[in-house]
Amino acid sequence: MSNSKDVVKPFDSEHDYEGGLAVIDKDAIKNPGMEPHRERMTDKSEKHEKAAARQVTALFVFSMIASAFSIYAYFAFPLSNITMGQVRLSTLLIGAGISFGMLAIGIGAVHWAKTLMVDNEVSEARHQTRGSEEVRARAVEIINLANQESGFSRRKLIRRTLYGAIALFPLPGIVLFADLGPLGSNVEEKLRHTAWAKGTRLAKDPYGTPIKASDVTIGSVFHVIPETLRERNDDGTLNSEYLNEKAKAAVLLVRVEPSVLNPSPGREKWAYDGIVAYSKICTHVGCPVALYEQHTHHLLCPCHQSTFDLANECAVIFGPASRPLPQLPIAVDSEGYLVAQSDFNEPVGPSFWER
Amino acid sequence: MSNATAKAKKGGFLAGTANYLDERVGVAGILKEFGRKVFPDHWSFMLGEVALYSFLVLLLSGTFLTFWFQPAMTPVIYDGVYGPLKGASMSVAYASTLDISFEVRGGLLFRQIHHWSALLFVASAGLHMLRVFFTGAFRKPREINWVVGFGLFVLGMAGGFTGYSLPDDLLSGNGLRIIDGMIKGVPWIGSYISSLLFGGEFPGESIVARLYSLHIMIVPALILVFVAIHLFTVVIHKHTHYSGPGRRDDNVVGYPLMPVYVAKAGGFFFIVFGVIALVAANVTINPVWNYGGYDPSPVSAGTQPDWYIGWLDGALRLAPTHLEFVIGHNTLSMNILLPLVVGILFSVLVAAYPFFEAWVTGDKREHHVLDRPRNAPTRTAIGVAGMTFYAVLWAGAATDLLATNFKLSLNQVLSTMQIMLIVLPILGYIITKRTCLSLQRKDREIVLHGRETGRIIRMPHGEYIEVHEPLEEFEAWKLIDFKDYAPTLARPNAKGKITIRARIRSGFSKFYFEDRVAPVNALELKAAHDHKEIH
Repeated sequence: MSNSKDVVKPFDSEHDYEGGLAVIDKDAIKNPGMEPHRERMTDKSEKHEKAAARQVTALFVFSMIASAFSIYAYFAFPLSNITMGQVRLSTLLIGAGISFGMLAIGIGAVHWAKTLMVDNEVSEARHQTRGSEEVRARAVEIINLANQESGFSRRKLIRRTLYGAIALFPLPGIVLFADLGPLGSNVEEKLRHTAWAKGTRLAKDPYGTPIKASDVTIGSVFHVIPETLRERNDDGTLNSEYLNEKAKAAVLLVRVEPSVLNPSPGREKWAYDGIVAYSKICTHVGCPVALYEQHTHHLLCPCHQSTFDLANECAVIFGPASRPLPQLPIAVDSEGYLVAQSDFNEPVGPSFWER
Repeated sequence: MSNATAKAKKGGFLAGTANYLDERVGVAGILKEFGRKVFPDHWSFMLGEVALYSFLVLLLSGTFLTFWFQPAMTPVIYDGVYGPLKGASMSVAYASTLDISFEVRGGLLFRQIHHWSALLFVASAGLHMLRVFFTGAFRKPREINWVVGFGLFVLGMAGGFTGYSLPDDLLSGNGLRIIDGMIKGVPWIGSYISSLLFGGEFPGESIVARLYSLHIMIVPALILVFVAIHLFTVVIHKHTHYSGPGRRDDNVVGYPLMPVYVAKAGGFFFIVFGVIALVAANVTINPVWNYGGYDPSPVSAGTQPDWYIGWLDGALRLAPTHLEFVIGHNTLSMNILLPLVVGILFSVLVAAYPFFEAWVTGDKREHHVLDRPRNAPTRTAIGVAGMTFYAVLWAGAATDLLATNFKLSLNQVLSTMQIMLIVLPILGYIITKRTCLSLQRKDREIVLHGRETGRIIRMPHGEYIEVHEPLEEFEAWKLIDFKDYAPTLARPNAKGKITIRARIRSGFSKFYFEDRVAPVNALELKAAHDHKEIH
């Protein structure tokens, strides 16, 4: 390897042709060469050398003890009737054993190298990364030979069809991934609809108990899901669509003095006596807007601090979100429970291109 | 050693094994080539080693975890030993994470080793990148290896994020929700990409298993390939060294691989593993049992992503309000695209820097002696500006915590960050460049006039002078040995035309090298000494 390369050219006035904007100073000070080797204490005194050797040995012995201790701790602290304390103790003791077992090997080896191994610095010639002229000439020759012998340049049709074939062969592999998830118009359709419908009762998250308008006092906040959204199916199995639906249907219910609200024309009847329901899914990137500040009527998203003004139909007043939180129109049914008038009138959650 | 040779001669076990291996795989040749390879010594060269070793720890601890972790999102009712969550419905993935933590001895330890080493991997890789940047180690012939290393840093982030999302707890689920929201914001294809990634609607039942494939197969395999290329290139180039007496661009000075580097680097692996294990044994990280399984409705305030995702989260937060536009029937979410574009652009600039600097200097020589950061003032200043930009984005991910802990207005913290994002890098640039130039001038002073001793003497004619102690030749060399560049004028090409390219390059060369301090040369040194003798 070393014979096939040129030695790196030193930077002096004779080799300034490829230095670009480098300033070549003919009077530059010359490199003084390697410093004389300095002896360590362990080189000079036998006492120090012996002490260092003892320290290294002691570290390796300590490592053995620590590793053995780790195994002891594994069996001595079984995780029966667990408490957090037991888990922590087991973690600490097994971990300490493993850790000291390794630390002592490492520190011992480095200590050995630094105090006892010969510490003469060695200089080795560096060779240029590029091959020497002969090597490069031979490389070109090989390529030319390969070209001649295969006729790669000459046989245009073969070459071009090969390019085409190579360009196309990975495509099936990419197309196969289309079944990762549904595509087509129903993707957007699903994003537009939630589990809310006319007459769906508003229920407490996560237990699903419906909420009476009379239970909602001024200033209170309810985390709400549709009553129809159940964690378990009727047969008692777990509902696998539960989280998907909840991710769109989660709602925050707040009651304020009716005079606080400033509904725009057409939305006057979406609230019930100062009770308003807004989508809890942030219109920025979808975190739950879970924080409500009573005095200012502001809703805050804890992820990126988008702030929505409940008094003004949840318009964005701060932070990276752009759209107001969608409002769920609500009313009260004959038994006094809060119900939805309809689904949301726009898609909830993060914006998407087709919305 | 002589003992071993003696044994070998007698035809003992060692000699037999060595002979067997040499006749089958040629170990003698390999040892001859690599056994005494020279490695330079410097503490900053350990940073890359820390990254490499923490990756090995990641592989080992991660493999351990795969024996218990179940990457499925099927809902189950938890029936494990952790009381507070008994009877709660959760995904299989989350339940198995709880089982690893509470029912497998050492399981929690290894979860924490895995998480801590992931944090350390990205951190040490980042510091290693900074070391390489500020010492100019990316210069020819190492530009491509810089890009490979940059790829490793990105892969480290990818590995970290895919792993963070696996336990399917409340925090990681919210992290995925944010990713989903960002993907949906991509024009035209966003909702389809989201559908493909999540297998339908968010959160679906597929994402954990898919991230698991990425996390334990594809990302680590890519990292391994990149690490192999990274290290193989180091073997081809041989390691850089800092300037010092006897260190030149045509040699490499240091200790031989066998025995010193095997002991030091091998021992260092155990130290890295040992330190990670010690931290993991003592310091809880990601206590997922406190958060509960993922549920799209609750969220805990004040939560943070792992540190290396912070700058992207900060970019999301710092985007100004009302950047969303409706064009016809479509919505363009610039509040999401802008941070994405900023993040990608920043990364591209980082990856491309070596090629840019090489174009400006036009220096085609191989560089193996490292720069001290002060000796490349403009590069160092650019580096600090970049670091500052990253740091502000990173701090931006903690606007809420800054506001609550320091009792500040959240809105003011955020607006201040938005301003700082533009102003601080510029300030950082100016301050760094001036500092570097001053340090260079100080170095010149020291070389020419020696070091200040603090000893004041009175001359016979009454003048007071401070005695300066001249530098040893070896000491002085470190302060003299650097490459000096001068700005260039835009010159006409062969056709007699000054191209725009030439003008731009000339402009950049001025930007880089207009303020410069040249290294002391022999004439100046002689003049300074003669002057002193006359004195």
